[in-house]
Amino acid sequence: MSFEYAPAPESRAVVDIKPSYGLFINGEFTDGTGTAFKTINPATEEVLAEVAEASDADVDEAVKAARRAYTRVWSRMSGAERAKYLYRIARIIQERGRELAVLESIDNGKPIKESRDVDVPIVAAHFFYYAGWADKLEYSGYGSTPLGVAGQVIPWNFPLLMLAWKIAPALACGNTVVLKPAETTPLTALLFAEICQQADLPPGVVNIVTGAGDTGRAIVSHPDVDKVAFTGSTEVGKAIARTVAGTDKKVTLELGGKAANIVFDDAPVDQAVEGIVNGIFFNQGHVCCAGSRLLVQESIADDLLERLKRRMSTLRMGDPLDKNTDVGAINSGEQLMRIRELSEVGDAEGAERWEVACDLPTKGFWFPPTIFTGVSQAHRIAREEIFGPVLSVLTFRTPSEAIEKANNTPFGLSAGVWTDKGSRILSMANRLRAGVVWANTFNKFDPTSPFGGYKESGYGREGGRHGLEAYLKGADA
Amino acid sequence: MSTPATSAVYDDVVRTDSSLRRFLHGLPGVDQVGCEARAAGLATRSIKTTSKAWAIDLAIRMVDLTTLEGQDTHGKVRALASKAMRPDPADPTCPATAAVCVYPDMVATAKQTLGDSGVHVAAVATAFPSGRAAMDIKLADTRDAVEAGADEIDMVIDRGAFLSGRYLQVFEEIAQVRAACARPDGTSAHLKVIFETGELQTYDNVRRASWLAMMAGGHFIKTSTGKVQPAATLPVTLIMLEAVRDFRDQTGQMVGVKPAGGIKTTKDAIKYLVMVNETCGDDWLDPDWFRFGASTLLNDLLMQRTKMTTGRYSGPDYFTLD
Repeated sequence: MSFEYAPAPESRAVVDIKPSYGLFINGEFTDGTGTAFKTINPATEEVLAEVAEASDADVDEAVKAARRAYTRVWSRMSGAERAKYLYRIARIIQERGRELAVLESIDNGKPIKESRDVDVPIVAAHFFYYAGWADKLEYSGYGSTPLGVAGQVIPWNFPLLMLAWKIAPALACGNTVVLKPAETTPLTALLFAEICQQADLPPGVVNIVTGAGDTGRAIVSHPDVDKVAFTGSTEVGKAIARTVAGTDKKVTLELGGKAANIVFDDAPVDQAVEGIVNGIFFNQGHVCCAGSRLLVQESIADDLLERLKRRMSTLRMGDPLDKNTDVGAINSGEQLMRIRELSEVGDAEGAERWEVACDLPTKGFWFPPTIFTGVSQAHRIAREEIFGPVLSVLTFRTPSEAIEKANNTPFGLSAGVWTDKGSRILSMANRLRAGVVWANTFNKFDPTSPFGGYKESGYGREGGRHGLEAYLKGADA
Repeated sequence: MSTPATSAVYDDVVRTDSSLRRFLHGLPGVDQVGCEARAAGLATRSIKTTSKAWAIDLAIRMVDLTTLEGQDTHGKVRALASKAMRPDPADPTCPATAAVCVYPDMVATAKQTLGDSGVHVAAVATAFPSGRAAMDIKLADTRDAVEAGADEIDMVIDRGAFLSGRYLQVFEEIAQVRAACARPDGTSAHLKVIFETGELQTYDNVRRASWLAMMAGGHFIKTSTGKVQPAATLPVTLIMLEAVRDFRDQTGQMVGVKPAGGIKTTKDAIKYLVMVNETCGDDWLDPDWFRFGASTLLNDLLMQRTKMTTGRYSGPDYFTLD
């Protein structure tokens, strides 16, 4: 008899999803003047709630509230006082961690294992970390003068984590924010708004406006927004850059990626296999820094791929709330279409597709963990970001060839190097044009470590001391 | 990779000390952080209801019920053997353990009690636990246990030789002990090779020792004597499971794995079974290929088993001491 794990679902009872949600402006929930849209559970297609779509006028209200809070309260408050609020928020996030994790998994489709063990703990850590900076800004090297009102637009892949990356440093530096969560994953941001109320954060310091592209455009182009921070697609990032060109808005963009995960023949092979799996199947591959291009040294390619396939066949796909689920649902029908489309391009270009044999649920959006072998640099699946659980496998013969192939991309967000040789790790890290280079690991995040890209992966850094630069005027201000 | 018979594949490897060293040092390295993260990740699997009941019975069938004390007496060993055959006297559906594990001078006593119950007698030989004795004494120790009726021999490797790089010496000692396991009728006692991973310290060493023991003909590889801390851990067992899995890929031969020492609770045991399942698959989920070297573990398994069948927890007094 084989070892079948029984379902071990996390209880939904900890979350209380309301039938409809308004906008969070000036410390209160309001209906707004726009229409409403639905947010669904991507694992079941069940409608979770109706959410207000912020109109231009609503965005204007939010920016005004943020401006008032900035001039009257937040920028005048001492760093030590601001830190108290941030510490309080961090502690409430920990206390309500289960609720946040379950809601994140329901709205996003990611496995509870990830939202519980990765996302929420790092969210709390981010607030703790930047709370510590709030009264020490004069030692940051970037001065201690805030910018004003920050307009922030975040993606659906890590709804709460991206919120923390944006809000924690902005508030620590004395800015106020208007933040728009993605239209498919607004619920945890709205729960975060409740946490701001619970923490007695002064009204207007954090404003959450929900909506889609139009709402985002309204924030980015609003004349009273001093700073724009965006995480999302390169296409939208370029549009934002065009919008703010010629204004005095400061901008940071964290965009797409097509990271090379480079495995040398002397790599710790079993851990490399784990790293490849974690690099591309973590969060269903909805990760901008995902290791979506595997570059493996030709001499070990066959053995490594055999091990990778064997490991992939133990991945458990299904109900995101099951504690034993490794791979959850694709976030939206639209994204699923894009993943299917690019995979079909891979087939048409002559790459060989291999996917995990598993029964997919009939409802919801699902795509099995997939690898393409026989991929060359010229293939679209080696160049374009798929943003799904699809790995393109290429081979190389020498370190120089690995560098050439790894850098031969319009992106430059992250890379991974697997080798037992320390000197090679250092030389590779120097030559890879990527903002983050992981050595013998992948997809590790920490609030103390700066994150950001080169080239079409964007500019600016988030996290660590470097992350403060985006929200301060500079040492000579 | 081709898969001819073991002997042919590794004859060249074990010809000289330097060829053996080249082979062992050429095995893929182990990244400590990654290995420990993987083991910890597997330990978060949540096992419930029918799967748990099945896992508990399997774990009981995998226990090598052990007493290895200076104060062991024939009476104590007889009691232990009785318990191995009927772990839960109140419930005849409770399976027997795989074996009892004793010092060589207790083998005859254990054998007498166990009879043809199917529960094996395992004997720790070769100057257990330190292994610090002359080779002819280790071999005599082994033969003595086999003659007394031991079904399985748990030998210790010479960690001093291993750590000073005399791999061929370790290889030959294992091969000789394996030969000493032979019985006059042509059959042979099964050989478990104990590494004492707490003394080998690094995961690279554990992987090398695993290959060394498998090439030398060990039927099982075993983590620890239980006399040195740390004894069995999840990451060490993971490395050994990967080794037996890869060895089968190359040779077609299966080798068993036995973590021993420090596994005390049902929860721990299930973590190990999950790791076996996801690293090696079904084939190893069998007492012939995976064992727990333990003494206190059995009672916790019995308590959880009773809880699953009756829905109630009973106290330790409801289960026999040995």
